[in-house]
Amino acid sequence: MDELKLNSVEESTSLQYIVVNIGNEQYGINIKYIDNIVRIQRITRVPKTQPYYKGVINLRGEIIPVMSIRIKLGLEDDEFTDKSRIIIVKVDNASIGIIVDQVKEVVTLDEDNIENIAADVNDEFSGYINAIGKSKGELITLLDVIGIIVEKEN
Amino acid sequence: MDVSQYLEIFIDESNEHLQSLNEQLLVLEKEPENKDTINEIFRAAHSLKGMAGTMGYKRMQNLTHNMENVFAEIRNDKMKVTANLVDVLFQCLDALESYVANIQSSQDEGTYDNEPVIKELDNFLNSGNSKTAPTVKATSVAVETAASRENGYNSIVLADFEKHAVNEALRRDMNVYKIQVTVDPNCILKAARAFLVFKNLEGHGEIIKSEPTVQDIEDEQFDLSFNIVIVSKESFDGITKIIKNVSEIGDASGEAITTPFPAEEIDAEEDNQNNSNQNNSNETKPAAVNQKAPVVNNKSQAKTVGRSVRVDIEKLDVLMNLVSELIIAKNGLVSASNSEDDQNTTNQGFNEQIEYLERVTTNLHESVMKVRMMPIESVVNKFPRMIRDLSKKLDKKMELYMTGEDTELDRTVIDEIGDPLMHLLRNSADHGLESGEVRQERGKDEVGSIFLDAFQDGNNVVIEVRDDGNGIDIERVKNKALEKGVITEEQASMMPDKEIIDLLFRPSFSTTEKISDVSGRGVGLDVVKSKIEALGGDVEVKSKYGEGSTFTIRLPLTLAIIQALMVKLGDEKYAIALGSIQTIEDIPVSEIKHVHSKEVIHLRGNVIPLVRLSKVIELPGIQEEPENITVVIVNKGDKQAGLVVDSLIGQLEIVIKSLGKYININRMISGATILGDGSVALIIDVNTLV
Repeated sequence: MDELKLNSVEESTSLQYIVVNIGNEQYGINIKYIDNIVRIQRITRVPKTQPYYKGVINLRGEIIPVMSIRIKLGLEDDEFTDKSRIIIVKVDNASIGIIVDQVKEVVTLDEDNIENIAADVNDEFSGYINAIGKSKGELITLLDVIGIIVEKEN
Repeated sequence: MDVSQYLEIFIDESNEHLQSLNEQLLVLEKEPENKDTINEIFRAAHSLKGMAGTMGYKRMQNLTHNMENVFAEIRNDKMKVTANLVDVLFQCLDALESYVANIQSSQDEGTYDNEPVIKELDNFLNSGNSKTAPTVKATSVAVETAASRENGYNSIVLADFEKHAVNEALRRDMNVYKIQVTVDPNCILKAARAFLVFKNLEGHGEIIKSEPTVQDIEDEQFDLSFNIVIVSKESFDGITKIIKNVSEIGDASGEAITTPFPAEEIDAEEDNQNNSNQNNSNETKPAAVNQKAPVVNNKSQAKTVGRSVRVDIEKLDVLMNLVSELIIAKNGLVSASNSEDDQNTTNQGFNEQIEYLERVTTNLHESVMKVRMMPIESVVNKFPRMIRDLSKKLDKKMELYMTGEDTELDRTVIDEIGDPLMHLLRNSADHGLESGEVRQERGKDEVGSIFLDAFQDGNNVVIEVRDDGNGIDIERVKNKALEKGVITEEQASMMPDKEIIDLLFRPSFSTTEKISDVSGRGVGLDVVKSKIEALGGDVEVKSKYGEGSTFTIRLPLTLAIIQALMVKLGDEKYAIALGSIQTIEDIPVSEIKHVHSKEVIHLRGNVIPLVRLSKVIELPGIQEEPENITVVIVNKGDKQAGLVVDSLIGQLEIVIKSLGKYININRMISGATILGDGSVALIIDVNTLV
């Protein structure tokens, strides 16, 4: 297992994550997807869309759908506070906003501190999680950004 | 000669020529004796050959050359146009089209020689007239020249200003030569060679006269030789050597003009020749300016087909004017803000300028849209040929009638609309029209009719594909749907006819018993529907069993910016495209009637169903019912609906933006826009609600 991991990592062995609070847990989002972090602003509701989409916002002339990761992860609905932020992630040139309770810090995790977790077929949320990271004695759930924003084909 | 820069033009023009050949051949099939058509075909084939040759596409050139031979025979009355011949010629066109398609995708014509078709052409030539067949090439060369002008260099007639130029040159100790350039008789691309002669001479002297004119030479309107008068510092031998260096140039001979023309002779003629001189100079001077290869020379009369948008100069002028008006408006605003008058006048000045600015931006938008618009002709003009082929293949007699080919649509829509239309036409030809016998039994004309009508309707463009054939057999569709398990017995008995017809648009649903080459594989209508919906349009069917069916495609005219009515629903703002709005009514709640437990209103003799928008958008919270409701009456074709809104905000020009690809949006939301205060408003597509 360790050998395999060594082979797959070519350039750097450490990855940067932005650590955010969602509910009682800490989640990490790979910095390479992050385009921007903005404060909560007026969200226009979009009727009849997926329930976890709060609506759309206008970010410098671009219309960006905003999703509630809380609803997506099966937690209770968001309660916006001063610390709430929208993290704008960009995948395939399309942006999406993810609402988080709080943005804490940026951490650099070595490969050694990242532990892949086996996908659990029975867990509907396992597709959203990549691995668990360890930093300063705390555990950070590393989110699979693509898994979260790309709708599973049913 | 590097030809890659001409590739785009080559593809465009090849397609144009092929299209014209297709059209003319269709005419020729009906009127085999039509001389004009034959000439037109000959010209198109000849240009194609020349272009392919210039670009170095030998196979394409070879095939067109063989076609040209056949046309030459027809033109010289040595051969008759027969149905078989037309079929083979159509095959040739298909082969040429595939060459062009190859070139378009890979810049290479491919390796297939199309020998079978060429052989068939040869057979026609040989059977048509065995004696002349081998010498066709010579004949064709002879006919394609406008007039023979083998007068030699001595016969060059110089106009006065040219004589002046000669005298002037001699006075400055320059050499003036009259030269006759002869092109090799086997040369295929005379114009290109002549062009090279001009181009190579450019650096060594000034060509003050050419006979025929440069334009004619570029158009290949000359025989094997042409004459030029050149002013140069170089020796006569030097100049002729430059000319002879161009390949396929046979000879260049001439002499130097050493004695100046007598002055009186020039003056005497000057007055009455003034006008013609003007013309001549216009024609001669482009020698230096016109550096474009012959490939581009008939660009101006070409129809618009191809990847790029060719823009009418007038449209650009309008744009230019509008931009300058914008600048004036901006300056007006600047001066209004600098004005030292009291507050009121400043405000008034501002308002005036803002109104002015608004007018300019609206016009600017309209003009830019127009630049993007193309007539639908470029798509539909290939259909007559397709119907002809289908007619032969299906062994049914049919005729296609088209109207409104000049209806304009956005370029992006034009590119996408071809396939769906083709599907529908094939559908009409195959499923719609009955066989000749059945038609006669039913007392219809044996020849089936298919109609393709395009027209503008408000903010939409409507394209109708109509046939006078069998119509849709509701029972058969129903049975098929039951058989395939698409619907249950119970559903079937409940379904109105319209919904049953809509089943046809479900994926893999085909009612034809036997699968034909033309259609009936069950892909088709669902593809048509999804493609048209992707373009923001929709498609509808009307059908009467035994009388025919009509497919109506409705497409948005504009894609980027629209005029919209802003409405309020609860706290949310929505935009409704102004084009589909008929009226806005204030209606007392007491006037709402109920029909089939649906709300309707009675308005000026029409019963209009009401759509409660707040319910459709699932507006959160409970709304209290006011005494009067505001109803926006919208229409789609001849259907109407009344959208109930809470209040009206006003009219606004909005820029349509997409909501991104990850969010699933309901079809009734066609996009979003950003309002003046930075908030987002969604755009409601009324077509999905009516």
